[in-house]
This record gives sequence, C-alpha cells and structure tokens, in this order.
Amino acid sequence: MSDIFPKWTNKLPAMVIVGGMIVGGVVTAGITYYMTPKYARVGYTPVQPVAFSHAIHADQLGLDCRYCHNGVEKSWYSNVPAASTCMNCHNQVLKDDPKLALVRESAATGKPVPWVQIHKTPDFVYFNHAVHVNRGVSCVHCHGPVNKMDEVRHSKSLGMSFCLECHRDPAAKIRPNEHVFNLDWQAPEGFAKSGGAKLVKDWNVHPGESCSVCHR
Amino acid sequence: MRYFFAALFGFLLLALTVFGIAGRRGTDFRKPPLEIFDDMVRQAKLRPQVPNSFMADGRSSQAHVAGTVAQRIGDHGNDTWQGTAENTGMEPGKTNFVATIPVPVTAALMARGRERYNISCLPCHSATGDGNGITKKIGAMPVVANLLDKNAIIIPDGQVFHIIGQGKAPNMQGYAANIEINDRWAIVAYVRSLQRARFATLEEVPAADRATLK
Repeated sequence: MSDIFPKWTNKLPAMVIVGGMIVGGVVTAGITYYMTPKYARVGYTPVQPVAFSHAIHADQLGLDCRYCHNGVEKSWYSNVPAASTCMNCHNQVLKDDPKLALVRESAATGKPVPWVQIHKTPDFVYFNHAVHVNRGVSCVHCHGPVNKMDEVRHSKSLGMSFCLECHRDPAAKIRPNEHVFNLDWQAPEGFAKSGGAKLVKDWNVHPGESCSVCHR
Repeated sequence: MRYFFAALFGFLLLALTVFGIAGRRGTDFRKPPLEIFDDMVRQAKLRPQVPNSFMADGRSSQAHVAGTVAQRIGDHGNDTWQGTAENTGMEPGKTNFVATIPVPVTAALMARGRERYNISCLPCHSATGDGNGITKKIGAMPVVANLLDKNAIIIPDGQVFHIIGQGKAPNMQGYAANIEINDRWAIVAYVRSLQRARFATLEEVPAADRATLK
C-alpha cells in the first residue's frame, strides 16, 4: 500500500484544512474590504473640464448652495446649474479668463459643459433630494464638506448600509431646516435626544426600511 | 511539506501584491470607479442632465421648444402663460408696471422673500441691500446697484419684479430661470421692507427690541 500513498499524504488532511482556512480567510477578507463602495467609490476625484472650486464659491464668497443648485428643494435630483447661472457673475468677473472658455461657450451656444458626475447611485435606487433637504437632512450628510473642497471628492460610500444607518435612526442626523444648507453647522451636545427627536415627531418623519422605500 | 509551505508563501505574496496595488480604502483616485456587471446599475433609461445619444443635441434634458412657455411651474397654482399682473409685473394689456405687489403680502411671503433674497441677491446687493456685497468687497464688480437708493425706491413694485426676472443692463442678468414667479414677488416684498427699515426711526422699533440696537 505504501507504494500508492506515499508517507507525506498522512499530512494531507491537515494541509487541506489549514491551507483552506488561510486561503479562504484571506480571500473573504479581501472581498469584504474591496468589493464595496467604501473602497470602490470613496475617494473618486475626477478632473473636471472647468476647475470649479466649491471652496472659493461656497466658503470664501459665502454663496448659498441653492444659488446654483436651485432646483434641489423642488426636484428629486439636484441640478447642475445652467452656464447662464455662472455668467450672472462671470459676465464681469474673470470675463476673459481662458479657464472659463467652456462656460462662456456653453452660455453662448447651449453646448453643455461636460462635467463629470461623481455621486452616482445605481439606477434601481430612487433617491429624492427634495424630500431630504426639506426635512432636515443636510448636503453634508451624503456629500461631505463640499464647501471646503477645491475639487469635489466622493467622500461617503452612499452604499445601502450608509442609507440605512440614517433611516433606522433619523433623530441622530436630522437638523433644523434653517441649517440644512449651512454645512459647517454642528449639532449642540445632546441635540439628537431632544431637538432631533422632536423634529422627527413634529415633521412626522417615517423614513422606512422596507425595500420599496428606495427600490421600486 | 516543502511544497505546501512554498504554495502558501506564494499565495500570501500574491495577496500582499494585490493589497499593494489596490491600496487602502478612501485613497483619492481619478479614473471612474470600476463597475462589474453594471447592467442593472446603469439602465437604459433617461436620467436628467446626462449625455444621451438618442437626442439630436446629445442631451437627456431638453430645452423648451423655441417660442413656448411652461403652462405651470412647480406648485405655483397660476397659469404662467397668461399675461396677468402676477406673471408679468405689468397691468394686463398695458406696458406700465403695477404699482403694488399683486399677490397677498403675508408674513409667510416675507419670510420666504428673506430666504430667497439671501440666496440669490445677497452675494452682490448685501444683506442690507446697500450694494456692498462680497462681489464688490473683493473688487470683482465695481458697479452694484444700491437698493436703498432713491432710484430703487421710487420705481413701482412691478418694475422691481421685472428687474429680478429680466435683469438690468448692462451688468445684471435676469433670474427668471432661477427664481419662480411667487418667489420673485416675495423678494420684492422683502426688498421693500429693507428699504423701509433703512429709513426707520428708533421710535418705530418695538420697545422690547430697542436694547438690541446700538
């Protein structure tokens, strides 16, 4: 019999078990770590066709988010502004700057500026901007501190667990409506328990956790 | 046994290489995120403001057909195509501006006007309306109208409405696309209150609030 099974095969079961555990463990850890938007999307900072800085416009100059994203309170999506909105100021400010050539061309001809979309929920997710910003969910919750960004960077995962975190406990994140577009607002100590819970009750906020809330 | 350890070592080396190339979570990157099996994630349906090869001009969001207007915009219950004073700021059938705001001026309208003014007008005209907004402070716009000036006060409400929507040559562009009709009237009401406040006396301030002023 020793001719058929050499001596080393005595250790084969142990090798299979130990090897399998190590390989399986590393592969599982790798998939868990990498195959999620936390890895795949967070940090995405594409080069935009026009080097628009939110830090300059929103933070230094103090423009409200809604000066440009003027449809966000009425619409399910937050619009990219028309080039004519840029030209409200840039018909005078930096009016001949080559960096703004695309914007001027767009305003004159209607040819869109090819902005690169960064935050892209899957098409089977029906996220509604208006219902969130009108009920105390700030831009900063999902988009991060955009008002401090020179280049917009995907800073939150926007995966399903990210959404559910808030849907399961809205009082923890909700804020008064007048602070929704103030991205620097910090909730006072213990706000979630008192003020947050009150807003959830007053506004009758029932975010829901069933599939059909977001998937239709 | 040697081969077993060699294979295991090789595998761990491979895993380490993958980690070395893929890096850690949250690292900045420029290229679009990799999407495997994206046929449900990116469906063949229209989404707003994205490129779309079906349309002749390549966009999914189409502009109005030339010469047409929207019948209604948002929850505004007024037929916006009709030439009423509310829609045009002018007396129906005439070209003179209405003297007073043709919608009911309520506390809610005033609050709305304040909010909308602070979004769209404040950057240039400043919080008080004196024209010393941030654009003038940084020297970007030398000429900004002072809304507390006599010229801005004597014009009829309808003309203020008209300027918000259609702009004022040569520098101010119209905000008709950005501010709905109702909101434009709200801003008119708020601008009027700023002008009134500029020339108010201490006696007109409620006694309880006087201490907060200098």
